[in-house]
Amino acid sequence: MTVAKPLPHDAARLHVTGGARYVDDLPTPPGTLHLAFGLSAKARAKVTLGLEAVRASAGVALVLGPGDLDPMPDCSPSAHDEPLLAMGEAFYAGHPLFLVAAESHLLARKAAAKAEIGYEELDAILTIEDAIAADSRFEDGPRVYEKGDVMAAISRAPHLVEGRVLVGGQEHFYLEGQSALAIPTEDGGMVVHSSSQHPTEIQHKVADALGRAMHDVKVEVRRMGGGFGGKESQGNHLAIACAVVAARTGRPVKMRYDRDDDFVVTGKRHDFRIDYRAGFDGEGRCLGVDFVQYCRCGWSMDLSLPVADRAMLHADNAYLLPAARITSHRLKTNTQSATAFRGFGGPQGMVGIERVMDHAAHVLGLDPLEVRRANYYREAPVAASEASGGSISGKMKGQPLPTADLAGRGSVKVETGSGKATRYGGAHSRVPATAENATPYGMEVTDFILHEMTETLARDCEFEARKAAVAEWNAANPVLKRGIALTPVKFGISFTLTHLNQAGALVHVYQDGSVSMNHGGTEMGQGLFQKVAQVAASRFGLPMERVRITATDTAKVPNTSATAASSGSDLNGMAVKAACDAIRDRIAEVVAAELQAEPAAIVFEDGQVRAGEASMSWEEAIAKTYMARVSLSATGFYATPGIEWDRIAGRGRPFYYFAYGAACSEVVIDTLTGENRILRTDILHDCGASLNPAIDIGQIEGGFVQGAGWLTTEELVWDGAGRLRTHAPSTYKIPACSDRPGVFNVALWDGANREETIYRSKAVGEPPLMLGISVWSALAQACAACGPNWPDLQTPATAEAVLAAVGRARG
Amino acid sequence: MSLSISLTVNGDRCDVDLDDPRVTLLDLLRERMALPGTKKGCDRGQCGACTVLVNGRRINSCLTLAVTLNGAEVTTIEGLAAGEDLHPVQTAFIEHDGFQCGYCTPGQIMSAVGLIAEGQAGDDAERIREGMSGNLCRCSAYHGITEAVQDAARRMASADERKSA
Ligand code: FES
Ligand code: FES
Repeated sequence: MTVAKPLPHDAARLHVTGGARYVDDLPTPPGTLHLAFGLSAKARAKVTLGLEAVRASAGVALVLGPGDLDPMPDCSPSAHDEPLLAMGEAFYAGHPLFLVAAESHLLARKAAAKAEIGYEELDAILTIEDAIAADSRFEDGPRVYEKGDVMAAISRAPHLVEGRVLVGGQEHFYLEGQSALAIPTEDGGMVVHSSSQHPTEIQHKVADALGRAMHDVKVEVRRMGGGFGGKESQGNHLAIACAVVAARTGRPVKMRYDRDDDFVVTGKRHDFRIDYRAGFDGEGRCLGVDFVQYCRCGWSMDLSLPVADRAMLHADNAYLLPAARITSHRLKTNTQSATAFRGFGGPQGMVGIERVMDHAAHVLGLDPLEVRRANYYREAPVAASEASGGSISGKMKGQPLPTADLAGRGSVKVETGSGKATRYGGAHSRVPATAENATPYGMEVTDFILHEMTETLARDCEFEARKAAVAEWNAANPVLKRGIALTPVKFGISFTLTHLNQAGALVHVYQDGSVSMNHGGTEMGQGLFQKVAQVAASRFGLPMERVRITATDTAKVPNTSATAASSGSDLNGMAVKAACDAIRDRIAEVVAAELQAEPAAIVFEDGQVRAGEASMSWEEAIAKTYMARVSLSATGFYATPGIEWDRIAGRGRPFYYFAYGAACSEVVIDTLTGENRILRTDILHDCGASLNPAIDIGQIEGGFVQGAGWLTTEELVWDGAGRLRTHAPSTYKIPACSDRPGVFNVALWDGANREETIYRSKAVGEPPLMLGISVWSALAQACAACGPNWPDLQTPATAEAVLAAVGRARG
Repeated sequence: MSLSISLTVNGDRCDVDLDDPRVTLLDLLRERMALPGTKKGCDRGQCGACTVLVNGRRINSCLTLAVTLNGAEVTTIEGLAAGEDLHPVQTAFIEHDGFQCGYCTPGQIMSAVGLIAEGQAGDDAERIREGMSGNLCRCSAYHGITEAVQDAARRMASADERKSA
């Protein structure tokens, strides 16, 4: 069995020898032109372009302004509101105004800098407050999801908790910047290599831009150097620009953004303002909560509506809210068009309710974890037949933190134990679907396992004892304060646009028995190719070397969805399985007589095709099937069952299932500077029956660190004129190797998914990002230890923000 | 203006005519020597993706002008393995799954080779983390990276001992 093995990522040897090719590494055909955009320096202005000097610049082959393109190609993934070039008016600082094609990347950039651009500035709407004042928004008005009578519930509640949390955006900083290469082929065709999570969309948009049918365009994606959502729609502009110039000149055309341009031009995670009012009883149970989410979408619609929807869908996180109202405003501003980012709005929604839990605990004088647990959804009962909950991981036990010199680097020297994590879990049966255990959008929660996961994690990381140690420390130390928090994650798996939940695959078995596999998913480091290849190898009972993974290619598998929403393995794994099983059935039919068995009784394992005692080698079976003139190639298709969703009404079952996780983080802050550090993090995360524990643990660690970065050091700063001032790693701080928690333990909750997913696994791409909330919550606890008042810590919790919160706590 | 330099890249001697004195080593490798294994993450010395060894020391090739390297010995990721035999750091990165998307990996590996040669870190995880903190990994494969460097450092140290014994 090749599934459920901790195999390394695909192409491992290529990665360590420098042989793995990304778009910018492909050898460019002779005569390739290189592109650069000229960008608007103003957030909103009428623009006049003087491009003579650009045209006259060395090495320039072609300059295109908005007047040179008719019709103007559109780059939007949704509303057709993103012309490739601004048409007379620029809508954000960074808006592409014109396009230069030159003999080299450098010559194109040099030429672009020579433009004389006239700006007649107009009033720009930059902030959430500006947009509210101007009623600048997408859709006619806010979306509202509602459960119960929230006003009555809050007004009857004995305790009121009210506040506001600002949730920052986040730059993807995929280490490989956006890039594309278009090569014209015979008869008006176009081949596009793109660093994109969504090849079908690139194909569709390029075909539209060229006025051709989709079959004239072939898009290939072998791998990306990170995507994180930033390559779901943001690569469209480069691919379209390359294709348009290639069609005009007949030459191959390549484009990549310089890092600063990548920051300035492309969209980021949406920043939010969330206002909340909640009613609680004295035991910490939430009786009703009213959220108003203001979401800054930027200048065009892009994917903002489903992002904002998902923020609403995660406003409950793990908590059963008897009454709830979530109001979502999708605000249009003169900033980059915010886009998909790992979690897709879910993290922002979750920060809202986690903040409410912490705030309520502070108001009520209760333990925040107890308040959280008191509000959990009802637990799925443990199936009687199978034990649940594993042995305690030795690695997670008994790691006392040093009590001196907490601020110093190198103070914590404990071997961390992830990578060989202990597994927990077991089967759970379904909670009877009841309206009482339903989300604010009416989906019944039937697979909730967080009670048990929380219990296990709290026990194994010695939460209670460490909480007491933290309190003791804080009583004794006036300058360095510590905080500890344990927070849960419940994340819905499926595209909320129901029709996207489909996938196709193509599997060939060649005469020599080797297998070639293709599917619609793209590889960006998440390990999808390896996981899906494991599925294929396992279906055929072959070692991994017999399966070749090939680049995602729109000419092989059509009409694919973006590799997004954590759905890659779920969807493509099932599609590949379907294709493999079709081939298996045909082989079985052919060899059944010889093996003297029913076709249904034939098994494929260890390179053999077997029925009881009788067997033949895989190669022999393939040769016989070929000689019998039976096809050894098949397509597979999968559509997620059982989901149904009305996004306007906010009713239905948008998700096939939920993925769960919990994290406990301990931090220390310096109350004189606000400087802070993560001392230790323990994670227990649910991957269902993991397809590949090594890859899943990598996703969990990476997601957590990225989430912690988002909520702490990753601060995006726009100036008063709407210019992004943090446009390089020098000013935008992502976590480095030394920022990872000193002690970091990850364990898998390895109970099978109750839904029939591929080998009962669960999606793992996005959910762990929200484990980072534990760090922010722990920082809030540390701030609260400084004084009697509510510290009201905002995000990102930079040193400045922590210092301000310490001040508020002291009053 | 044309400037000629001569340098050794992965053991091969190359004579290069530079039409512009501002060409970086990174662009020279990627665009003129068909060695795209060294990656461009930021092109401004802030991410470490372009790390190579110059005379055995790790440097950011995007900040190094090629014209300053007359007579230098440059090693890139493509030149690290001895034929089919991977360098111990490369092997350790595979064994510890020290990457996800792989884009930072060539830089991480060259930086690790440099760090181990500096002899500062030993197999102390904390100091390795500090020593590797100039190489960003957005996938945060830091756990595997640290373990890989630690393991490779140990293996190389014991191989050295065996040699000198
Ligand atoms: S590319 Fe040289 S440090 Fe980033
Ligand atoms: S593996 Fe993706 S950036 Fe390091």
